[in-house]
Amino acid sequence: MRTTPSTETDEAGGATPRTLADVPTSASTLRRFLHGLPGVDAVGLEARAASLGTRSIKTTAKAYAIDLAISMIDLTTLEGADTAGKVRALGAKAVHPDPTDRSTPRTAAVCVYPDMVATAKEAVAGSGVKVASVATAFPAGRAALGVKLADVRDAVAAGADEIDMVIDRGAFLAGDYMKVYEEIVAVKEASGPARLKVIFETGELSTYDNIRRASWIGMLAGADFIKTSTGKVGVNATPANTLLMLEAVRDFRAQTGVQVGVKPAGGIRTAKDALKFLVLVNETAGADWLDNHWFRFGASSLLNDLLMQRQKLATGRYSGPDYVTVD
Amino acid sequence: MSDARLSVLKTYKLYVGGKFPRSESGRVYEVTDLKGKWLANAPLSSRKDARDAVVAARKAFGGWAGATAYNRGQVLYRVAEMLEGRREQFVREVADAEGLSKSKAAAVVDAAVDRWVWYAGWTDKIAQVVGGANPVAGPFFNLSTPEPTGVVAVVAPRESSFLGLVSVVAPVIAAGNTAVVIASEKAPLPALSLGEVLATSDLPGGVVNVLSGRAAELALPLAAHQDVNGIDLAGADADLAKELEVAAADNLKRVLRPQAVDSDADFTAAPGTRRLTFFLETKTVWHPTGSLGASGSAY
Amino acid sequence: MASIFEYAPAPESRSVVDIAPSYGLFIDGEFADAADGKVFKSVSPATEEVLSEVAQAGEADVDRAVQAARKAFEKWSALPGAERGKYLFRIARIIQERSRELAVLETLDNGKPIKETRDADLPLVAAHFFYYAGWADKLDHAGYGADPRALGVAGQVIPWNFPLLMLAWKIAPALATGNTVVLKPAETTPLSALFFADICRQAGLPKGVVNILPGYGDAGAALVAHSDVNKVAFTGSTAVGKQIARTVAGTDKKLTLELGGKGANIVFDDAPIDQAVEGIVTGIFFNQGQVCCAGSRLLVQESVQDEVLDALKRRLTTLRLGDPLDKNTDIGAINSAEQLARITALADTGEAEGAERWSAPCELPSSGYWFAPTLFTNVTQAHTVARDEIFGPVLSVLTFRTPDEAVAKANNTQYGLSAGIWTEKGSRILAVANKLRAGVVWANTFNKFDPTSPFGGYKESGFGREGGRHGLEAYLDV
Repeated sequence: MRTTPSTETDEAGGATPRTLADVPTSASTLRRFLHGLPGVDAVGLEARAASLGTRSIKTTAKAYAIDLAISMIDLTTLEGADTAGKVRALGAKAVHPDPTDRSTPRTAAVCVYPDMVATAKEAVAGSGVKVASVATAFPAGRAALGVKLADVRDAVAAGADEIDMVIDRGAFLAGDYMKVYEEIVAVKEASGPARLKVIFETGELSTYDNIRRASWIGMLAGADFIKTSTGKVGVNATPANTLLMLEAVRDFRAQTGVQVGVKPAGGIRTAKDALKFLVLVNETAGADWLDNHWFRFGASSLLNDLLMQRQKLATGRYSGPDYVTVD
Repeated sequence: MSDARLSVLKTYKLYVGGKFPRSESGRVYEVTDLKGKWLANAPLSSRKDARDAVVAARKAFGGWAGATAYNRGQVLYRVAEMLEGRREQFVREVADAEGLSKSKAAAVVDAAVDRWVWYAGWTDKIAQVVGGANPVAGPFFNLSTPEPTGVVAVVAPRESSFLGLVSVVAPVIAAGNTAVVIASEKAPLPALSLGEVLATSDLPGGVVNVLSGRAAELALPLAAHQDVNGIDLAGADADLAKELEVAAADNLKRVLRPQAVDSDADFTAAPGTRRLTFFLETKTVWHPTGSLGASGSAY
Repeated sequence: MASIFEYAPAPESRSVVDIAPSYGLFIDGEFADAADGKVFKSVSPATEEVLSEVAQAGEADVDRAVQAARKAFEKWSALPGAERGKYLFRIARIIQERSRELAVLETLDNGKPIKETRDADLPLVAAHFFYYAGWADKLDHAGYGADPRALGVAGQVIPWNFPLLMLAWKIAPALATGNTVVLKPAETTPLSALFFADICRQAGLPKGVVNILPGYGDAGAALVAHSDVNKVAFTGSTAVGKQIARTVAGTDKKLTLELGGKGANIVFDDAPIDQAVEGIVTGIFFNQGQVCCAGSRLLVQESVQDEVLDALKRRLTTLRLGDPLDKNTDIGAINSAEQLARITALADTGEAEGAERWSAPCELPSSGYWFAPTLFTNVTQAHTVARDEIFGPVLSVLTFRTPDEAVAKANNTQYGLSAGIWTEKGSRILAVANKLRAGVVWANTFNKFDPTSPFGGYKESGFGREGGRHGLEAYLDV
């Protein structure tokens, strides 16, 4: 494949990396690699995402997809106003999303700020629900590397199973891809056993070409997940940017054998939306990603809509907000 | 006035690929004025001459079609300049060919010169008149532009041997096509002389090729030729026109049928754009827009 | 191991369309039997079920319809343009109202997926009428002189691949310019045209302005040859197009032809690969490849051949073939047994000539006419599958090394309808588009259509343009 640099020298006489592992050996090899990735045609990408959005998921397929979607949620609260009580309630909801129906799957994780990790850990103890913590001066990421790493170590020490870091968008947009890469490597190391999700804040990267490049930086640096956004800016997860990232993890595995997960976050509020994302996964990366180890939704209100749809399928009646818990 | 000097007669030749060959067949036919007075022997072209002319026209097509419209306009204007300089010769030839008085023949030649000027000015305007952007309902920039059809066979008008000829040839090449022209059978000399003008007007060889001879003999192989893209039947009578149109269907040539005006030999009227646009193809190209990116996507 | 995400069947409801057991010819505002009483059956290509029995027009019916159209012409062409336009606006709106019904009908009769009739055919049909409706009172401003006149009676013969859309492409500009029409739909897909007759009734269109004659090639030939027809418009095969050109030779009938193609879809090494793969799929598998402007020849730069073909094959394995009424179906049925036999024979020729055949793994239904998405590699310009129009879901893959070679190969065909260019380099798009001898060029996209966008071919793909301001010319005395 073209994205695997294979020539030994280029015409300019500089050394060209022979394997993906050699890509980040210098700022120039990394830049050359990223700018050699195939371009993205925005209209075509969005048309493909829209076209997959017209799939009609009914009856048994819908029941399967709703349960799958619930099991993929990183149930999230990331507010300045978060309290221990709020986080405990969130944990309870993650463990028993629908108290009236114990067959409802648990969510994949709860996602909180580092100082709430211990509380969250306690709330979901023994359930299998993971605790994810944002870190690295989330959401802006505007802090010194040492501060970001301390943030990460704090969260891991408090028991976080997963770390959701943000990349340095300023460095990315200034063209300093190496800085972005090295910071991810450092955070990965600081995360130890915790799985690392790398947030690009796609709305700030602004172009699809940038999102593709960021995806490759993240995967090369050892990300376990690549994640669209923080939920704190105007444009968060969209079908198009998620489709693009699914193409990236698909291609990365084809070249390296290493599978990386994808997490769209922010803006996915309805079951209908969630099902469209699952179709994207199914028809782009494939069935191997249809598992909460490899695909997550960063969401909060989505869960209740999925639960209402689940009740509708079970009972044949439309449900209402009074029949799901508000936490 | 002395009768002592014997004038030098011209050997009229074909104009093919920028050169002046005799017919490969070695045949000629006698051309007379309306009173039967011998004017010259003209080449009696063969099917093979027609074939050679198509090869020349095809070879010239890429360069002529690809030349800038400004350049084509200047070349056509140069034709007018050269013609103006040889006005007296053409007045004499047209008067002989069509039995016109010298003043009427002069008016015809002047009109022909002006016709070249008219088409010289069109080359870089027609695309704006007949092309343009189309407001499609989607994130696409969509542009239609006219392009020349290709090699066009022209059966020149039978009566109007010069103004008619110019009126049908100039629009074909102004649009960027190349032409194989069958001159008026009975009055071919102005057409053959026009070849001499074209050869000195910076017009690339092969853009216009002039054959003289029997229209029926030459037109049929051209109408059936698979490497000819269009045919103007201005000088064909009804029976021949039908026969040629049938033959032209073999590769779906664009066929410009003879119009009432063609046989009336009235080419003095303002020409309009019909002939200019007839041998044009509209090409429409779609380009995606909206590549500003992921933020603020309309999805 | 993840479980499989199987999409449950999601069929569009058949009950939204009520197909009568029999239909007549639509002449002078009335449904009538054929003069000789002949009928034929329209079947669903997906199931071989008989949908309806339809009157089969013969020469006498053609004559009657042309007379009706002639009679209607005087008043129709004399109507103020604004009034004609309002009829067309009405038709556009009724089509929008009834689009679900018409989409299901079209899918049943043609075999194409409901996804396409719903999202492509029907929206374009309504848009086409809406677009030309607006021209009816603006013809003086269209660039065809101060007072361009209608031609008279238009005889129109349309194909089965986009039955209602081709009807719209023919009837909308004809009526907007003041002509009256006699239209013959294809024998395998007559039903949507007959439903359109009902829409004309609902719109209050004066009788005789639109006449619909279901029938076979003989009816089409009689229509084209009829001495009182002033304009002939045909969409279909190049062979029939040539025959029509011979028929009208020596007459005053104005002719436009929209014929076959062998479109080249050119993928350069700097293409947006993922979108190019989608464009290749759209180019040749939209409507089962039964599209005159299909991108049936993939020209891929040798340096990215493996990457593109791997991605393409992977993508083709996700195509869902089956019940055209299922909203998740990507590939529907081939329109007829005859067409299936033609595709099969050409694909067999490809194999016999040494091209390498690959078909997407998919189960074909046991009844109906089906052909799996197929591609041929190791194809050269000399192979039949690289030269002949297959008109089916069969892609021939050729390679090139340089832009010049790509252009030369793309143009090396008697056709000249469509082409595609995939590259992120803007100047290359413009340079290559400029050199391609094709009427429609899609850069970084494919198979896009719009009523404002002129469509039509170079060379043996026909002449004349449909759509846009250009589309008016075919129906005006200019």
